[in-house]
Amino acid sequence: MVLVGIFALLLNSSFAAWQDVGFISFLTGRVWNPSGFVSSHFGIFTKIVGTLMVTAGAMIVAVPLGIATAAYLAEVATPWEREVVKPVIEMLAAVPSVVLGFFGIVVLSPLLARIFNLPNGLNALNGAILLGLMSLPTIISIAEDALTAVPKEYKEASLALGATRWQTLSRVIIPAAGSGVTAAIMLGIGRSLGETMTVIMATGNALQFPSNFFSSVRTMTATIAIELGEVPADTTHYYTLFAIGFVLFSMTFLVSLLADIFLHRAGEMKKL
Amino acid sequence: METNIVIQVKKLDLYYGKFQALKNINMEISGQEVTALIGPSGCGKSTFLRTLNRLNDLIDSVQIEGDVSIDGNNIYDKSCDVVALRKKVGMVFQKPNPFPKTIYDNVAYGPRVHGIKERKKLDAIVEKSLREAALWEEVKDNLSRSALRLSGGQQQRLCIARVLAVGPDVVLMDEPTSALDPIATQKIEDLIRELKERFTIVIVTHNMQQAARVSDSTAFFLNGEVLEMGETEIMFTHPLDQRTEDYITGKFG
Amino acid sequence: MTKNQLFSAPGGLAADYLRRKGHPSLVEGVAFVLLRLSMLFVIAAIFFIFYDIFSKGVGVISWEFITAMPRRGMTEGGIWSAVLGTVYLTLITAVASVPIGVFAAIYLNEYAKKNTFTRIIRLSIRNLAGVPSIVYGLFGVALFVRALELGTSLLSAGLTLGLLTLPVTVTASEEALKSVPDSFREGALALGATKWQAIRTNVIPSALPGIITGMILGISRAAGETAPILFTGAAFYLSSLPSSLSSRFMALPYHLFIMSTQHHSIEKVRPIAYGTALVLIGLVVTMNMSAILLRTHYRKKMRG
Repeated sequence: MVLVGIFALLLNSSFAAWQDVGFISFLTGRVWNPSGFVSSHFGIFTKIVGTLMVTAGAMIVAVPLGIATAAYLAEVATPWEREVVKPVIEMLAAVPSVVLGFFGIVVLSPLLARIFNLPNGLNALNGAILLGLMSLPTIISIAEDALTAVPKEYKEASLALGATRWQTLSRVIIPAAGSGVTAAIMLGIGRSLGETMTVIMATGNALQFPSNFFSSVRTMTATIAIELGEVPADTTHYYTLFAIGFVLFSMTFLVSLLADIFLHRAGEMKKL
Repeated sequence: METNIVIQVKKLDLYYGKFQALKNINMEISGQEVTALIGPSGCGKSTFLRTLNRLNDLIDSVQIEGDVSIDGNNIYDKSCDVVALRKKVGMVFQKPNPFPKTIYDNVAYGPRVHGIKERKKLDAIVEKSLREAALWEEVKDNLSRSALRLSGGQQQRLCIARVLAVGPDVVLMDEPTSALDPIATQKIEDLIRELKERFTIVIVTHNMQQAARVSDSTAFFLNGEVLEMGETEIMFTHPLDQRTEDYITGKFG
Repeated sequence: MTKNQLFSAPGGLAADYLRRKGHPSLVEGVAFVLLRLSMLFVIAAIFFIFYDIFSKGVGVISWEFITAMPRRGMTEGGIWSAVLGTVYLTLITAVASVPIGVFAAIYLNEYAKKNTFTRIIRLSIRNLAGVPSIVYGLFGVALFVRALELGTSLLSAGLTLGLLTLPVTVTASEEALKSVPDSFREGALALGATKWQAIRTNVIPSALPGIITGMILGISRAAGETAPILFTGAAFYLSSLPSSLSSRFMALPYHLFIMSTQHHSIEKVRPIAYGTALVLIGLVVTMNMSAILLRTHYRKKMRG
């Protein structure tokens, strides 16, 4: 019900924006200059790229680390290690995003600036690392659930054939948990796409088109958060912010729907 | 008959935590024979079977004392390579458990993990193993189908083929037919009789007739001990122990 | 093939062990070391974050820091208005989301039939959890602030956060209800209780720990959120404490955001920012840990 409400409201406001701007030029326009003196431009392509870049970067960080950690916890760790490590990871999940953003400003930014010799470290890479950290708990816990849910018969059969534990893990258990692991990644992506505070604080929010990971980028979420406070209501600018919200909503909705389908498939497999 | 002891078990004790599941087991298992392990549920026969390929190692609380030698080598010796052991000693499980992969990939799994990569060699091993498991004719046109779409009996024969593909000397079978219908069961039993020409087979079964039909020797387990062991024919007709007779004739189960 | 050929291959098993002892187990060793390093890296990163915030924030924190109002353009004094704002906000969030969440869960799990309709509802609830918090903020602005004319206020912000936590409370409550065995329901029904009586007297009490855990987790998430309150009621700086539901307020996460990005002398207020971060983390982690402890405590109790 609420979902439908949000959807309807966003769509409604978005239409107002698209009437003025045009749907295609809204999505593909590179220039965002809402208060231009002669004419305003409302192209969010730069922001979509910014969001996708940061999210992709986050996944490059989080997917290998997350799945490796989940695999370690599920198959290699002693019960003692598991007891200690899991609450620590849950603690990371509890850290508010604004605190991580703060960490990005005070610790990660100077660090990146020093390592890569940049004027400052508030860029896409910084945001990607933080978002990666942030989506780790989601990826780890769901991937670990998926790995532990693999029937133990598979594991026994593989070991009884003389496979090592690593061969068993990499060739039988991880493929068998494929759907669940994919769902974990999807949910991680969803978290990164929609995160606001961390990226506002860590990525520098520049308006120009990003050229690489050391560029400062402004994501869709950051645009809304920065500008909504400043625009007069019921203007085209105001509506375009809602339209950005709609695009964002559609993206995360699609991602969670995919995650859901994969989880469902993982559930089916367990019954066999 | 010339005796050829392949597996020798001496003074084997096994504990799950504090519970002693196997008590002072001494047993000699001959090659090219089918040895049946029978006894009521929870008597330790499956646990014993799993000590022969060290699959109990998976459980943290298990402690094992005593000697298990296969081909003269103590498999619980520190220098023993468990992986190589499991290659020599294959296992077929109670419930057919093919991997969620294709038929081909299931059979090729073992050879692949042991380092065979050439497609031709793999093809040859897959065909040979499926033939040995009497499954080739039924699946030869559908090798890339998912193994999970086979019937239960076919799945179990696929699991046997999967074991044979590794080239074991000993094949352990843990109630291999308990999840199957009578016709599928009969096919597996025929297969066992053929396979014993070349392999040492140890089979756990709940089914007395099955033990009588397929095995050469039988060991009767009760409460973690071996009460009686000997040639199947003699044991089924003239059991030494009263309890063995009671069990065989169905007085308890 | 004869027995002898099979079993007396030169060297037998022992030689075979030696031959095979090369690469697969080596690969396994290396792989497991890598997996373990990944795990250690994650843990190290977490500890580093906590250590950094703690070590630099702990010196700032004093009784005065927490209970004093900010002074001199927030360059001195404490964070009391932000602490209190967050506490009020959290309470409103709880009041807004808990009853609806619990009742929705009871309906879904106990009354609703399992059909396409309820499946769609469950699906939307799960997807709702994935909606970005800034989108909730947009929704809050449009619905509470403007359409319902609540203005930028504690109430608008609390209701927005309430919506945000709804998926968490519904899912957690439903899980808790699901874990109550059917025999509890049947036992009461067999004694002639009505369905609602059975639920009230037998089902809810045993699901309560699970429900409470879910609520705490949901609310602690709300306490740390910034994006949804940016435009629905949080204020940059207020000289007085919020006096009613329609007041604007300061909140810890927003305060931290301001202190680290918007303040006119960022370097100067860095210690205050660290202190705020530590208080916020402390609050949220305490809530989470107590939820987790509660859960494990009751799980043990249930097992007897």
